[in-house]
Amino acid sequence: MIDYFDFKQIHLDVLKEVGNIGAGNATTSLSSILNRTVQMDVPIVNIVSFTEMMEEVGGDENVQAAVFVQFEGDITGSMFFIAPPEEADLFVQLMLSSDDQAISTGDPMAESAYMELGNILTGSYLRALSDFTNLDISQSVPNLAIDMVGAMLTQGLIEISTASDQAIMIETVLHDIEGIKKDIKGHFFLLPNPDAYAKIFTALGVPSHD
Amino acid sequence: MTKVAEAVKVGIAGLDIAKHPQTIMTSGLGSCIGVILYEERLQIAGLVHVMLPDSSMARTESYKPGKFADTGISHLIKQLSKHGATKSHLKAKMAGGAQMFDVKNGSEMMRIGYRNAEAVKKQLIEHQIPLIAEDIGGSRGRTIEFLIDQSCLKIRTIHEGTSYI
Repeated sequence: MIDYFDFKQIHLDVLKEVGNIGAGNATTSLSSILNRTVQMDVPIVNIVSFTEMMEEVGGDENVQAAVFVQFEGDITGSMFFIAPPEEADLFVQLMLSSDDQAISTGDPMAESAYMELGNILTGSYLRALSDFTNLDISQSVPNLAIDMVGAMLTQGLIEISTASDQAIMIETVLHDIEGIKKDIKGHFFLLPNPDAYAKIFTALGVPSHD
Repeated sequence: MTKVAEAVKVGIAGLDIAKHPQTIMTSGLGSCIGVILYEERLQIAGLVHVMLPDSSMARTESYKPGKFADTGISHLIKQLSKHGATKSHLKAKMAGGAQMFDVKNGSEMMRIGYRNAEAVKKQLIEHQIPLIAEDIGGSRGRTIEFLIDQSCLKIRTIHEGTSYI
């Protein structure tokens, strides 16, 4: 079991609701940016080893386009918006209404559009989390990398790894964008730092212990 | 005919040992460091996938020894000794320690790749193990595989191809 918090089913359910509210708000943002309906899966909340987390996104070496933000305030942590490069290209092309912009070919315009997309989506996710918990949360400037997913996600695990060999992965998937035949999926990963959990639960009136 | 040898895979914060014709590898190194300790005569090598510089950062009493540079390297030396290696014959190679995201307000935790590399070097000096080759820093993910019979570390990246040190 994870070391830094005595998690019960109720805590996992609360985190699932956090993922639901955050990603729900982000989905609404995406829908209005693209002017199309977008579907969202029920969030998955799992306590996993670092290795299991990498497997969840196709293995350490799998190449993904990731927007990384850190958040601070009453709680701290990291957040990622991740999509495979060719699906990230589709997001960008829908945003810019253009077929020839691609981050997979290193186009700076496409890179900046994708980073801004990640910024807006993580921003609306965290804003919903902040409203829901009444905790003050502000986010850092976004950063983009297209590389091995293991190498990128580890950046969000550094703080967690001082307290545990496991992470709580709050994952939500966006898909089925209206009018697009190809399946495009974006993943959100919310990785609060160890001390954030007790604050989230207290803010929501869920007892941390029996 | 090429002999297909098994590659021993090491996960994050893990460590393991391999003997030729096996190889030993770890994938998706970002700020983490893959440290190889090897003894050429015995054709044996160990790999530790270090995440953090020092076990004093641990907030729990129990943790995987491979997570930290200090505990990881001393644990790996012990494991190699159990398999007959002599500490004074060990040599080292290492790769990783990247900064994957160019974060402007660079907190100490963001410079973790650099700090990991420094910590590994300090441990190698303390244990008097010569560092033969390194590929450290930059902003690229690395997958590494150690070819024991050639004492060669193969480093694969997505954007910059494959190199050997």
